[in-house]
Parts: sequence; C-alpha cells; structure tokens
Amino acid sequence: MEWKRRDLLDLQSLDKEEIELILETAKSFRQVSTRDVKKVPALRGKTVALLFYEASTRTRVSFELAAKRLSADVVNIASSSSSSTKGESILDTALNLEAMNVDMIVVRHYSSGVPYVLSKNLKAAIINAGDGCREHPTQGLLDIFTVQEKLGSVKGRNITIVGDVLHSRVARSNIFGFKKLGANVTVCGPSTLMPRCVKELGVEVSYDLEASMKKSDCVIVLRLQKERQQEVFLPSLREYARLFGLSQSKLDKASKDLLIMHPGPTNRGVEIGADVADGCQSVILEQVTNGLAIRMAVLYLLLGTKELQ
Amino acid sequence: MTLLIKNAIIVNADKLHSKPQDILLEKGKIAKIAASIPEGSHKIVDAKNKLVFPGLIDLHVHLRQPGREDKETVETGTRSAAKGGFTSIFCMPNTTPVIDNAMIVEAIINEAKRVGLVNVYPVGAITRGQMGKELTDMAELKAAGCKALSDDGKCVESSQVMRLALEYSKMIELLLIQHCQDHTLTAGGVMNEGYHSMVLGLKGDPGIAETVIVARDIELAHYLKTKVHLAHMSLKRSVELIRFAKSQGIQVTAEACPHHFTLTDEAVKGFDTSTKVNPPLRSPEDVAAIREGLKDGTIDCIVTDHAPHTKEDKETGFDNAPFGMIGLETSVGLTMTELVHKKVLTLEQMADRMSAAPARVGGLATKGKIAEGLDADITIIDPEREWEVRVEDFWSKSKNSPFVGRKLKGRVEVTICGGKVTYQA
Repeated sequence: MEWKRRDLLDLQSLDKEEIELILETAKSFRQVSTRDVKKVPALRGKTVALLFYEASTRTRVSFELAAKRLSADVVNIASSSSSSTKGESILDTALNLEAMNVDMIVVRHYSSGVPYVLSKNLKAAIINAGDGCREHPTQGLLDIFTVQEKLGSVKGRNITIVGDVLHSRVARSNIFGFKKLGANVTVCGPSTLMPRCVKELGVEVSYDLEASMKKSDCVIVLRLQKERQQEVFLPSLREYARLFGLSQSKLDKASKDLLIMHPGPTNRGVEIGADVADGCQSVILEQVTNGLAIRMAVLYLLLGTKELQ
Repeated sequence: MTLLIKNAIIVNADKLHSKPQDILLEKGKIAKIAASIPEGSHKIVDAKNKLVFPGLIDLHVHLRQPGREDKETVETGTRSAAKGGFTSIFCMPNTTPVIDNAMIVEAIINEAKRVGLVNVYPVGAITRGQMGKELTDMAELKAAGCKALSDDGKCVESSQVMRLALEYSKMIELLLIQHCQDHTLTAGGVMNEGYHSMVLGLKGDPGIAETVIVARDIELAHYLKTKVHLAHMSLKRSVELIRFAKSQGIQVTAEACPHHFTLTDEAVKGFDTSTKVNPPLRSPEDVAAIREGLKDGTIDCIVTDHAPHTKEDKETGFDNAPFGMIGLETSVGLTMTELVHKKVLTLEQMADRMSAAPARVGGLATKGKIAEGLDADITIIDPEREWEVRVEDFWSKSKNSPFVGRKLKGRVEVTICGGKVTYQA
C-alpha cells in the first residue's frame, strides 16, 4: 500500500487501507517523541504553514510539534494577527503563502469546505485541521488509533458518540472512520442536536446514554459548545448534564473496561464529570499523545508522496 | 419602421401553427399575420426551421440597480435578458435603496427606456424598506408603473401585515408576490436540510420554512378572497398545497425556476458557491414534483430569479457567500433541454409557462400571444441547436452560474421587442 493523495481533507473519502496505512505509520513515529533527542530529519527543508481561523491549543500545538519533530520549518498564522483582519480572503492569504513556496498548509476554519476549496486552488498539500461542522480527520484518526491501542482491534467494537452530533466535526470524522474499519457506531444525544438524516450514515441512534454505555466498548464524549447553542437547542445545561453528561454515577453502572474518550477541551460537570475525566477509565491524555504520532504520520505521508510525483 | 418575419412556425400557448406564416410588425404592434406577405421595403427576419414564440416574460429578476452596480445594472441586465430571449422582465425591489417609492420606480423605468432593449416593470416593495412592518404607498407605486409588489429576498413574515397587505392590494387591484420563507425556521440554513447538508457540515434549510408560508398565504387568500402569487417554489409539498388550493378555487398562482427543475442538493458537494441559492436546491423527489407541477399547470410560470453576484462576494466561503445565481441566459436552453425535449412540456405549454401565463399573472394584457393588434414582442428559438454554457459568453455583468460547462439543446436566435430586433445570435 502506497500513499497517493496530496491532501487530507476528510475521512469520508478515504478507504480502509488508507486509514490503516496512517495508523501503521503513526505506530512507528510514536517512539520518536519519547527519545531524548525528539527529532528525525524526514521533512528537512520542507515548510509547513499553520493557518488557524479558530481558537485551538491542542490541535495547533500538536501539528506544530509534529512538523518540528520531523525537522520541517513551521510558520504560524492566526487569523487575529493576519491580513484577514484587513479583509483579505483566506484564498488570497493561502495563495500568498504558496507564492513563498510553502509546501503544506494546515488549515482550521469556521466555515465548512474551506480546506476543500483551498485544495482545488493550490498546489501545496492541504491538511484539514477542522472545518466548520464538517470534519476533523486527524482527530478521527487519533481516536481510532487510541481504541486500537487500548482494545487491540476496532473491528466489531461498539463505539458510542455522545453529545452535540449536529454541530460536531469530530462526530462526523469518527463515524466515517470507525465504520470503515468495521466498528458499530451509536450516536447518542438530545433529539434537537441530532442531524435529521443521521441514520443514513449507518449508525444507531439512542437517547439513553446509560443503556448505550452498557452495550459499548468505548464512549466518545463530545464537547458541548456552550458558547453557541445550548440556549436555543437545550432547556438548560443542568438538564443536559442530567440526561447526557457522563457522570461517575452513570459510569458505575457500566463495565469497568469501558473506555472513556473526549477530544477536549472538556466542560467538566457538563458533558463529563471531573472524576470521570481524571479517572482510571479515561484515556483523554493518551489521545493527546497519540494525536502527535498521527499528525507526524500524516505530514510524513503527504509530503513524502509529493516528492515522488 | 416595419419588420417582416418570414416563414414563422408560430407557437402560441393555445395553438402550434403547423404551417409557416409571415408576421408583419409595425409601430410596435403585430400588424398582420398571413400565409405570405410581400417583402416590400420591410426589414426581413427569416425564421425558417425555427420556432416563433410570443416574447418571453420573466416575472422574477434582480437588476441590482440602484446600489450594487458592480453586480448588474439595468443596462447589463436587460442586455442579458434580451440575449436570453426575454422581452419583458419584472425586477425585484431588494435594491439599495429599496424600491418602495415612486421616484425609484420611475428612475428604473426611464433607464430601461434609455437602454431600449426590454420592457422593465419594477416590482415595488410591500413594506417600507422591506422591513415587514408598514405598508408602502401602494397606489402611488402602481401609478408609477408597478404591476406587482413583493418584499422578495425577504418574506412578509407577520401574518397580520400580510393580511393587511393583501386586503389593501386587492382594493387597488395590484398583485402581491410572496417570497415564502419563515426565517425563524430557516435559522441560518445555507442549503437544503438532508443527507448532503449533514455530511458537508453545512447548516440545513428545512423545506417547512417554505411550506408553512405557502399554507398560510393560501389560507389568507382564501379568507380574503383575493389573489396571491408565490415566488420560486422548490418543494413537492408546496406543489401539493398549491394543487389543493387551486382545486378549491383559491386564487393562488405560482412560479418555479430552471435550477429547481434541473439540479438537486447533491450539486453542492464541491462547495461551489454558485450552487448556493435561496430557496436552496432540493431533493430528486422535489425536482420531479416541480416538473410535474409545471406540466399540469399547478405551477403557472417559469421564472429565472436571476441573481447576479460578483466573484469577490461569492468567494467568501460557502457559509458567507450571498444566495443566488444568474439565469436569464440559460432559461430557454434549460427549459427546452430538461422539459421540452424530455417530453415534460409541449411547445405550447412552454409558450404558456414562459409568456402567456406570466403575462396573465403580471397583468400585461397586450402581451403573451402572437396575434394581430398585440405588442410586437417576439422570441425566435432554434429548438435543435446545441450549445455549451460558457463563462465568457455571458452578457450579464456577473458570472455566477452552476450551469457553466453544461451542454444544452435549444437556443435563442432572435429577440424582438416592440418591433425592434434587440438580440440576434
């Protein structure tokens, strides 16, 4: 299996073998970060631009470290300090970066489809680091990687994704990715935050978190984006926590082997209890560690392939 | 100034004349139709092997002047209309400032006369500034030349304001056109709510935003025993509601656009913002229902909802890009390709939906038919001519069409407005 794509825009269009190749590659990169000298020369001489139009700590730092540990040069552009504040469109900004011979642009944008539009207009490799409500492919990959590491396999496993599925790009990438590798996916959350056609994605729908937990090997808790929707879509955060918050009392009724994941940042006491987030079934920090390996793998595969062309 | 059309196969809504005839146009009127008229000193247009339709009428166009002359002007928009075979167009009031007073109406009519290509009928606003609160001076707008009123681009959402508007417009005999959309239900949607909006991560516009207003306005028209015209219908449910209303004798009329009988929401897949339109592209079932509605006359008119936008405005990401696509120059090609050649509509029905019905709905008594004594507005179409939609061929100032690259069969050859040739291919 050889990597052929120039970009990583989503998991929807990847096939199983491509996902497996990324996971395999990530395994071999994981030990780089545990060494004393955390650097390999794989991408020496390459330039990677991080173009983030939305707040991010984890993802941005993860991409930056991944690039640096592969010896690439990294430039960081945050929308607040870029020409976008002067009204420049993101396509213009990206074309200007390309004019400086940037090899890759990692983009996060609040508007769905922006990475897709950039990839159609640029020669540089594009990685989607989250676009609107569409996809966050490296998050999906690192979640799959974590399940595979902890449970030994993904095929046939029962994964529950709980929360605001309607607005979640993490949910979409996870649904596409886990299903391609043969897992059974259940989505759980309030009916008002569930896409109308969600069953067409081949998932089970549940409104009962405790019941879903009993049947699951892993629960992925989505961040409730308090800043934008709860007032309209939900009666209150209190009521949300009561029905869909993963509390210790709900966890106590489930299997001791149930894996708890969360893409971060967490709203403790809302979608996840503090004791659960910090508890022994939570692998939230391991997800972060694995995320770095996944991003190194993706950077390596994309820029390596480009050189072959 | 006289003009003689030779060898015309005349397509009227009520009759397709199988034998070629000659049509003499004089002083802006159709002076004579006969088997053979001597050429004399008349200017000649030979229509051999082509079809001669009554001048096409578009009840739904955005000319953008005043305010957004970077997108379109009366001049470029009417050039585009003439190229598309139109001899009369209704232009919508969502300009800056809004067409809500007589001076703006007169200014647009005068500019259209100066350009001299197409009859332009400005549609005045129903409410001042299209704010949905106070009624405009409707009688004054009518006196200035408005044949209809609409808050198009926005819906008159308050049921009480719509009731009053319908009652008042009934008194002064002026048509109201409703842009059916409850924005509290649309809730920021940018495409049809369904499978594709879900996987594209784009906010969905549920069809009920349209149908609740369709149903409400049908009820208002029924209660007030008056007319209402429903703009750009996009849904199966809307067609069903209108069909039911008509069966009850309620005076509702409706229109649909070529993009809604041609494209589905799957077209949004590549995030091409020229597919972002309001109401949005819908499901295959909806497309089929719109075709069926046009066939059985539930939908009276084909309109373009020509909505020009600059490249800069459209290149702002799918969420932020403005709604709308241009349509004047592709309407005949799409109607012939998708409806006539696929046997959805007969040629007579096409003449009805694109000329006779809009004339009837829009109150243009001397248009919509080729007959002696009526206005000399004529559109000559080659039904077999194949062509490809190309960006560089548009005469509109804007190029935002999702049909670029599409091959069509059926092309406008000559447009004649008021007895004068306004376009020749």
